[in-house]
Amino acid sequence: MKNTLIAGLLLSATAVAAETPVLTVYAPDYFGSEWGPGPSIEAGFEERCGCDLQFATGDVLPRLLLEGSRTEADVIIGLNTDVTKKARESGLFAPHGQDNGALTLPVAWEDDTFLPFNWSYVSFVYDTTKIDTPPASFAELAAAPDDLKIVIQDPRSSISGLALLLWVKAVYGDEASAYWESLAPRIVTVTRGWSEAYGMFTDGEVPMVLSFSTSPAYHIIAEEDTTKQAAIFDDGHYAFFELAAKIEGTDVPELADQFLDYVMTKDFQSMIPTTNWSYPSALADEELPEGFQSLPRPASAIFYTEDEAAAVRDAALEEWRAALAQ
Amino acid sequence: MARSAGPITGLAGAASVALLALLTLGTLGAVAWRAEGVSGLGPADWYAIRFTVLQALASAAISVVCAIPLARALARRRFPGRGLLIALLGAPFILPVIVAVLGLVAVFGRQGIVNDLGAVLGLPQIVLYGPQGVILAHVFFNLPLATRFLLQGWLAIPAEQFRLAASLGFDGASMRRHLEWPMLRATVPGAFLAIFLICLTSFAVALAVGGGPRATTIELRIYELFRFDFALGDAALMACVQFAICTGVALVALVVTVPKVSMAGLDGIVARWDQRGRVSVTLDAAVIVAAALFLLVPMGVVLARGVPMMAALPASVWWAAVTSLGVAMVSTALALTLALSLALWTARGGRVAVGLTEAMGALVLTASPLVMGTGLFILLFGWTNPTALALPVTAVINAAVTVPFALRVLAPAAREVEDVYGRLSASLGLSGWARMRLLVLPRLRRPLGFTAGLAAALSMGDLGVIALFSTGDTETLPLAMYRLMTAYRTDMAAGAALLLVLLSFGLFWLFDRGGRVDADA
Repeated sequence: MKNTLIAGLLLSATAVAAETPVLTVYAPDYFGSEWGPGPSIEAGFEERCGCDLQFATGDVLPRLLLEGSRTEADVIIGLNTDVTKKARESGLFAPHGQDNGALTLPVAWEDDTFLPFNWSYVSFVYDTTKIDTPPASFAELAAAPDDLKIVIQDPRSSISGLALLLWVKAVYGDEASAYWESLAPRIVTVTRGWSEAYGMFTDGEVPMVLSFSTSPAYHIIAEEDTTKQAAIFDDGHYAFFELAAKIEGTDVPELADQFLDYVMTKDFQSMIPTTNWSYPSALADEELPEGFQSLPRPASAIFYTEDEAAAVRDAALEEWRAALAQ
Repeated sequence: MARSAGPITGLAGAASVALLALLTLGTLGAVAWRAEGVSGLGPADWYAIRFTVLQALASAAISVVCAIPLARALARRRFPGRGLLIALLGAPFILPVIVAVLGLVAVFGRQGIVNDLGAVLGLPQIVLYGPQGVILAHVFFNLPLATRFLLQGWLAIPAEQFRLAASLGFDGASMRRHLEWPMLRATVPGAFLAIFLICLTSFAVALAVGGGPRATTIELRIYELFRFDFALGDAALMACVQFAICTGVALVALVVTVPKVSMAGLDGIVARWDQRGRVSVTLDAAVIVAAALFLLVPMGVVLARGVPMMAALPASVWWAAVTSLGVAMVSTALALTLALSLALWTARGGRVAVGLTEAMGALVLTASPLVMGTGLFILLFGWTNPTALALPVTAVINAAVTVPFALRVLAPAAREVEDVYGRLSASLGLSGWARMRLLVLPRLRRPLGFTAGLAAALSMGDLGVIALFSTGDTETLPLAMYRLMTAYRTDMAAGAALLLVLLSFGLFWLFDRGGRVDADA
């Protein structure tokens, strides 16, 4: 009896709150930061939709998998290509309904579930005051002078670390293990995430760090510092995409579709460069901010589909571990 | 000595044990329940287990061995600023991981102060990265804790005993054998165990200064299994391994611990007659200076960077600080309640209470933050939206994590109150709240102050457990700092880190000081 009463009260409370529809978007933690893309996306979308966009930030995929079909998410944003296989197998997602032809990516995009909203090339970023001639390939990096040291991220805990693992595997194939052995003397240490590694780089502990080709744009635009540059390898660079997707079981499907429409708009796309310090997924080069247009780009992009990545990952990880644990 | 506990003491103690069991074994059970199969332990897992245990043993042993001369020197010397130094030496324990790592790198790294000095003197470069780095970092974090435990031990030796020893003409060796050695036998195993367990769940620190995949810990495997494979069964299995190691080491510690014999004193100021020699003064001074340099320079380097940024911190960081202070206050109140109820329960409740409390304390230290967070999420998701509970969950977990440390200082003190004053208070008919107010709380003031300080400081820090619980618009200070780092704002992050440490430290100082207003320590 009492329970019915409480349930009734809760229901009526929800009914009052539900006058403004709510779009719940699961996003990685950096969306919650006032320095990240979250606030401008929220403001921009709420202007169009007459709704309340609420970011729920944290570990997106583990949370979604734990919640299953009972999830409160309507849309997710910020998944990476390395986990899409796991995500797709959950069956929780609906088609994104956008035109992949409108994307301006370095690879042909054929996925109709996961929609890229920004991307970058995985790259080694170096300090020009400490390195005169940066290596122009993986081979040159391994053969670099003894004082050229790098910090990388662990492929077991970091997505950029995993991207490097796949990049090396794509370039070296069966020789990847030997390559890691030759690179080992260059690697000062391996960190859990990007922040620790990049902090060691900006603190001057190492002259070069694993990051993204667009990282220098932050220093150029926000700090007017041109001493941080990405080393461009002629092996080609691994492309790293961040994705948005619609949840099948959403209770506001129109809003979710409208959000994915919004992702493809110029408004959204032109916010990405200076909030997420990466390339937007559907914006012509000439519309990029000044600091981005001048960034060097590799001649070719390397990318494993989720099935290819899944097929090589375990073996590549074991090679990496064995080569660096010696 | 075992007499039956009062009904309220018993109830509160049992409830506290139940809460800790839920947070540790309960969360593990929840994760295992959601698992869809286990693939067993592979070679990489065994490698991780071996590395984890070895580094934890070495880190704990070195921390405790270094803490003995340091605690001894601090216990028997008086100098201006001693109180402040003791408090400051505790600060590394509350540093956010990333701040501590960058601090250690700034001092011991390739371009660090030590190597710069060494280059001037023509010494070969020292290499931070490797197992030595892992141990160095863990000693940096845990030496303060070990010192604190042992210092409490030294200060608990009544002044009268030293006076008696002096009047009996004890020399240094006899002093050590009759007064200090029994105290160490009672304190060291507990301190060693606590630090071993803390190092058992290390992950980010071990990796960053470990130089590569050689430094793979169990916690990293759990993280990998969660994040990439979503293999809950294997993650739960690794968490069981952590608990098994914890149990094994706890049993050993239990066997080698010699229970302390309670001694009454009149709380006089300790005067030591065995410390006047020039050699002993020089040695103590050298130990204190070396420890201060080791612990304070890395902290000073990173925090100094934050000073110019303090004024420029955005409003959101200050709001985050307010949120964190709120969480810390709730967490502190909860930690005090838990720890005090457990301490009183063990003091009066006999062996079962002691055993259960010790076991829970050890499990809390060993529990994988990731498993705890996921398990809680699964448990809460059954009946409510966990997102709304992010901050309360943070407060509860932070309080639970403080309990084992608090018990180290609180439980012996509570036992001593029972042993020494129990019969007197019984004969005076003192009971209930009057007994609490007139006897227990005043006698426990010092460890209670320490407990409150530690709880407050620790809860300013942690963010690892609630990664699944979205905090929505409310961010805590460590989260704000981390977000600044991911947005490339390293200078502002340094400012936020300084604010975090100042607040943690301020709270610790305030409570700890409050606990010993009129004491000479």
